[in-house]
Amino acid sequence: MIQVNGDGMEWQDGLTVRGVLVYRNFRFPLLIITVNGELIQPKAYDTTLVPDEAEVQVIHLMSGG
Amino acid sequence: MTQFVFDPTKVMDIDFTKRTEYLEGLEAIKAAHKVLKEITFTPSLPDKGYNNRSLYVNVGTLEVKEKPVTQQMKDVFIGGRGFGLWHLWNAVKPTTRWNDPENEIIISPGPVAGITQYAGTGKSLVVSLSPQTDIPIDSNVGGYFGPLLKFSGFDALEIQGKSECDVIVFIDGQKGIIRIEEAPQDPVDSHVLAEVLTHMYAENQADMVNISVVCTGAAAEHSLVGMLNFSWWDLRRGCIRLKQAGRGGIGTVFRNKKIRAIVCRGPQVKGDLNHVADFETIAKTGIKYHKEIRTNDPYQCMMRRNGTAHIVEIMDAYDLLPTHNFQYGSHPDTHKIDSAYWQSRCTQKTVDGCWYGCSMACAKGADGLVVKTGPYKGHTVTVDGPEYENAAGLGSNCGVFDPDYLLELNFYCDTYGICTITYGTLCAFVMECYQRGILNKERTGGLDMTWGNAEDDLEMMHQMARGEGFGVIAGQGVKKMKELFIKNGWGDPQLINDIGMENKGLEYSQYLSKESLAQQGGYALTNKGPQHDEAWLIFMDMVNKQLPTFEAKAEALYYFPLFRTWFGLNGFCKLPWNDVVPSNNAQQPEAHKIPEHVQNYVDIFSATTGIKIDKDELIHQSAKVYNFQRVFNIRMGKGLRKDDHAPFRSLGPVTSEEYLSRQERYDKQIAEEMKLDPTAMTLEEKMAAHRSWRQGRYEQLTDAVYKRRGWTPNGVPTLERLKELGLDVFPEVVDVVKLHL
Repeated sequence: MIQVNGDGMEWQDGLTVRGVLVYRNFRFPLLIITVNGELIQPKAYDTTLVPDEAEVQVIHLMSGG
Repeated sequence: MTQFVFDPTKVMDIDFTKRTEYLEGLEAIKAAHKVLKEITFTPSLPDKGYNNRSLYVNVGTLEVKEKPVTQQMKDVFIGGRGFGLWHLWNAVKPTTRWNDPENEIIISPGPVAGITQYAGTGKSLVVSLSPQTDIPIDSNVGGYFGPLLKFSGFDALEIQGKSECDVIVFIDGQKGIIRIEEAPQDPVDSHVLAEVLTHMYAENQADMVNISVVCTGAAAEHSLVGMLNFSWWDLRRGCIRLKQAGRGGIGTVFRNKKIRAIVCRGPQVKGDLNHVADFETIAKTGIKYHKEIRTNDPYQCMMRRNGTAHIVEIMDAYDLLPTHNFQYGSHPDTHKIDSAYWQSRCTQKTVDGCWYGCSMACAKGADGLVVKTGPYKGHTVTVDGPEYENAAGLGSNCGVFDPDYLLELNFYCDTYGICTITYGTLCAFVMECYQRGILNKERTGGLDMTWGNAEDDLEMMHQMARGEGFGVIAGQGVKKMKELFIKNGWGDPQLINDIGMENKGLEYSQYLSKESLAQQGGYALTNKGPQHDEAWLIFMDMVNKQLPTFEAKAEALYYFPLFRTWFGLNGFCKLPWNDVVPSNNAQQPEAHKIPEHVQNYVDIFSATTGIKIDKDELIHQSAKVYNFQRVFNIRMGKGLRKDDHAPFRSLGPVTSEEYLSRQERYDKQIAEEMKLDPTAMTLEEKMAAHRSWRQGRYEQLTDAVYKRRGWTPNGVPTLERLKELGLDVFPEVVDVVKLHL
């Protein structure tokens, strides 16, 4: 189990940051993502593995009119 | 992330130079004009962003005069919305209503407006007493008028009085002439009138870019929801384009004064007409920002390709896209009106943008639309947009997912002078009343207002423009429709009040706020009513969970409304602030505020005016105007806690269908937040529990926000707060507050 913005999410072997985004349907392009406090650059979303029990923050920047 | 990649092969092949022209009767229209008043003035250019004078025109008495912009005005009110509110305060009494002659329309661009080195600097702020809310409304708008007015020599234009005949106010900033002309034969609707007047007042083809027209359309004469169009000449397309000061019915005030148009002819725009204090800093800041747009926008929001419509599918994905009068947040047909479609439908082979130098250039043109209904049936037109609010309001919120009809609704809103946001929300309310039997064909005069029936939706709009039938009732807005339907006994009063999405008399803009308490406050704990330009906190609150306490939400509802107010004091567009971010933004403290961009604004203000400020002073500048506006509302008999009440549809599920559509979510909240057992409750009990819990939280939020803003529990700024802000130097302001302490 991992925490994504404070919500629980089932962990599975090989889970990447991209996998978290897809699972949560986080489609907004302006994101700041940390895994256990470490900032993940967008180019590393596909390759960064998320360990079990990780705390993932997916901060959506503001938008709207 | 599912960012669409721009594919030029998918862009429709539409000739963007082809459209119906309206110049046939130009000479006769011009010949019918009669000069009622003409004065001369000495054109001037600003010094450090200010001309230090404003222009007053009374269309009733024909008085035209210059008024000084004092140092106190600049210190306290800065410009733009601040100047508008100050002029309006001095023009009206507590008993003044929107259609009294003393009500004014003030247009002011702000000290930074018109610089061409940074993105989004062409905004004007329009202020008036609103026919919908009976308090001051402020509406920001692009197009060239504000900067051209300023470069003609005026920091603001005050229009007062009521004419007995249709008039045009012409400000010639090249020759130094102001004329009030009777205009008996001019066209009514904006896409025709702006084209005719641009050709009439330009002295040659090259002069067209120096003309901007402010006008409205036929619906502004028969409704309370009229808006103002601000034009500019699109050199590449060879046509006029329009941007809208939409909210609050200022177009209705405009026509009530019998103003057909205000036309400004400014000087040719050049690089430093503001005569700024430090040009080098502005140029350097602008170059850095332009590079950021060029590098990052294609991988972030694609504003240059899609404009604000880029968030249609995003809002749908997060269950935030208003659907069927804010009942739901997503719809299976959203893909028909998403940004991929608009990217292919809007012309991509010409550069857009509503002011010089804006590298974000989010204004889009959908060319070659052949109109199917109404007085312009068969005409080929260019439609501005659609922006997100139009796609959501005219589209999903009314169940319209046919993009051609959506464009036609957008076109007629613009040319008739109807606010698209307001129309979307009022039409959605009509459609839900129709769905629930509050309305029927007999009550609508035969209109079938079923979800998605774009033809009858358009017919209601045509009726609004003709001043006929049910369109006249709809044109009074949601608040007055609610009162009428309840008075007529057409439905359950509580249901009608719950689903009518207005606060203070203004219709909600197009975001679903049910699951974001902070955004519920961002809409209703506002000065003018529920428009998202004060605060948009849904992601911070609902998705990121960055605002877990009432105090944290209150802090966001302190900072962001003040930060965003500042754009309107200076002539900035909000979009370049946060619809692209620097590559290293994520590593910055308080990244959600986009700190590098905040510093850009601090630097540009300081470099324009020569007055050194920092990010804290920026907020302090806004706080003066924001609190002044709150006191103004109180002076007009509103602005108290009772006026910040929110309709329940904005707070939670009103109907069983809404509850059942998201039952898992709502049941979970009952168990986890309310500590009740949903399995032991009936649907009615669960809905009642939600109503009590959600309304209770909204009241707690209100307490926290008022406290943070320095207001009493009734929403009145305290004398201490007025003193902190320096507003205690105005005895009338203090007197208003004292009555409520």
